[in-house]
Amino acid sequence: MQVSLFITCLVDTMFPEVAESLVHLLQRQGIQVDVPMGQTCCGQPAFNSGYFEEAREVAKTWLTAFADSEYIVTPSGSCAAMVIHDYPILFKGDHKQLDRIKKLTQRTYEWTQFFVDVLKVEDIGAKAHISATYHPSCHGMRLLGVTDSPYRLMRHVEGLQLVDLPFAELCCGFGGTFAVKMPHISTAMATEKVVHIAETSAQLLLGLDMGCLMNIAGRMKHMNTHIPTMHLAQFLDRASSDLPILDNREGVNIK
Amino acid sequence: MNKQFDERITHALTDDHLHHAVNIATDRLRTKKAQALTKIDFAQWSERGREIREHVISNLDYYLTQLASEVRRRGGHVYFCADTTDAVEAIQGVIQSHHATKVIKSKSMVTEELHLNDALEQMGVEVVETDLGEYIIQLAHETPSHIIAPAIHKGREQIADLFSQVANRKIASDTPSLNDYAHEVLRQKFIEAEIGITGCNFGIAETGTVCLFTNEGNGRMVTTLPPVHIAVMGMERVLPTLADLEVFMNILPRSATGQQLTSYVSLVTGPRAHDELDGAKEFHLIILDNQRSQSLGDPDFQEVLQCIRCGACLNVCPVYRQIGGHAYGSVYSGPIGAVLTPLLRDDPESAELPYASSLCGACYEACPVKIPLHDMLVKLRARNVSRGFTPPAERLAFQIYKKTFASPKNYRLAVRSLRSVQKWLMKNGEFHSSIPILSSWSKTRSLDGLSPLTFRERFAKGLVIDQITEKLPHVARKE
Ligand code: SF4
Repeated sequence: MQVSLFITCLVDTMFPEVAESLVHLLQRQGIQVDVPMGQTCCGQPAFNSGYFEEAREVAKTWLTAFADSEYIVTPSGSCAAMVIHDYPILFKGDHKQLDRIKKLTQRTYEWTQFFVDVLKVEDIGAKAHISATYHPSCHGMRLLGVTDSPYRLMRHVEGLQLVDLPFAELCCGFGGTFAVKMPHISTAMATEKVVHIAETSAQLLLGLDMGCLMNIAGRMKHMNTHIPTMHLAQFLDRASSDLPILDNREGVNIK
Repeated sequence: MNKQFDERITHALTDDHLHHAVNIATDRLRTKKAQALTKIDFAQWSERGREIREHVISNLDYYLTQLASEVRRRGGHVYFCADTTDAVEAIQGVIQSHHATKVIKSKSMVTEELHLNDALEQMGVEVVETDLGEYIIQLAHETPSHIIAPAIHKGREQIADLFSQVANRKIASDTPSLNDYAHEVLRQKFIEAEIGITGCNFGIAETGTVCLFTNEGNGRMVTTLPPVHIAVMGMERVLPTLADLEVFMNILPRSATGQQLTSYVSLVTGPRAHDELDGAKEFHLIILDNQRSQSLGDPDFQEVLQCIRCGACLNVCPVYRQIGGHAYGSVYSGPIGAVLTPLLRDDPESAELPYASSLCGACYEACPVKIPLHDMLVKLRARNVSRGFTPPAERLAFQIYKKTFASPKNYRLAVRSLRSVQKWLMKNGEFHSSIPILSSWSKTRSLDGLSPLTFRERFAKGLVIDQITEKLPHVARKE
């Protein structure tokens, strides 16, 4: 089986370690990983802001980059949702592109869904003696139905104590360009999220989307709340190798 | 952003009372709803509801004609009103023909669209709202801030203060005392009223029936005590048959307030017949278009007419939770308001409402008739772009975005050049809070810089190696 990695622009430029962790996790399942170098961005910022013309041009580079992939796997529910849910809206009426989209989206997966639903792997042999809470990102949860798969993976981590996040389903206020366009409302939403996370007293916040995690972590820093945030792929990678979960950044070494 | 909108948002965000009241009330409604849904197969009822609404909207002309002829056959009067002026004139006409000066109302969002109370007061008519929430905001000279719970933004202390002021004596802030006071005032109004005005949750085409869901029984009194009853409905609020009503009796109260059924469901079919003991002697039905037909036949927006105004989308919306209803500056607030208002009131100010959403999709998930509100918000933004409503700087930014991201080569170049200048844009490892575009972000949140190498660069250079498998990447496919 060969898997093409769909690495979002945010992860590519700011959080390459998340993508690397995903490579590790896949390779350990004996999967051949391929990174199409022609990919850039899925077009979501333009689409969500209503710039359909611009979004279409960017989406076409995505469609070309992945044209002959067997499976397409991404560490972002939001970008997977862009391709699966929004491309058909974006290219409405353009039958040539719609055919292409249909073929590709049938093989596109948010990575936890790929592990649980396609690979049928829930236990990757990870260990971590730490308490964590989990923020479900909206697009993955609501547009793709990523609800069960992350929990299945997390429940199999030996020693991990999962703490429920109050009001978990409330959006953290990122919303891509929303955070820039409506900064006050977005900040108020992020603040509420940070308060709920702090209430859990968990040592770590886990999530599936770097956009949301960046927003939450950025707000935390301003509020002087120091709870490390981590993408679930990175966490599982660390928890299943000899790497410390938190690399001394916060002055604690949990493992 | 439009200045008034910005001011309303800022005002709402700094109002702790509002924030507290809205959070408590929406949390309660949401929890009650979740509980109410476990008792029946809600998904099935809701799917049936969506089908019925979709069918009605696709055949609206047929059902409206049937509704009107059934109402007329039973001796009622029907007015099709193209806009708010037509509707106000029709209502004023009925009032004048009776030389009436005292009107009581039951809760109705559609009359808010007409600014009916103002129009009637200007002609010297006393109008009294009889729904407790509506009565409260009428006293406070405000507008509803929630489709279902108009005074959701007020805490009980604030309400007690308001009542005490009007009554000129101290009214306690517990629910029975507040209720008692409202009862005492309103009882007299009910007895004196010459005209009763109500909204209409559903008009039943088959029987010409107007259906009202209420919790206080005031709807029942408004439709039966005064000799004349005027019902006002948006043209989309039609159901084919009484049997269909069962579906909505199951889903509307559950979605709205988490009740299995509202305390009162009133069915009014025409004026009082000679063998009937109660009911108004005269019945008038106002059917309002007010731009609704613009959405008919428009594949992007027709589904919005399926809305049953349950308010469930407001109760789950994280933006509504922060700013409440008044910040939207329109009759309908929350996600449905952000979609409906620009469709009903096509002006640049309303055109901004669709941006007040992070597109989290909670509204779509909550909507019992599955209106894709999150997709419509994006389509309304696209409509703004194609009409040239968006700021030039934003248009330019997305031109640059397109040029950069539509070509892998340009993307690489852009990342490299941004990386080489970022040290001037950063302070203490974070982006500086004064960079244009980013400043609105970085004022309240830190933002880390770009990584020294992108993932794809590291992958191509063979730097991505797993300690465990010691495997190198297999394929780094060229463009
Ligand atoms: S859009 Fe849906 S959830 Fe919102 S008020 Fe209308 S029917 Fe209810």
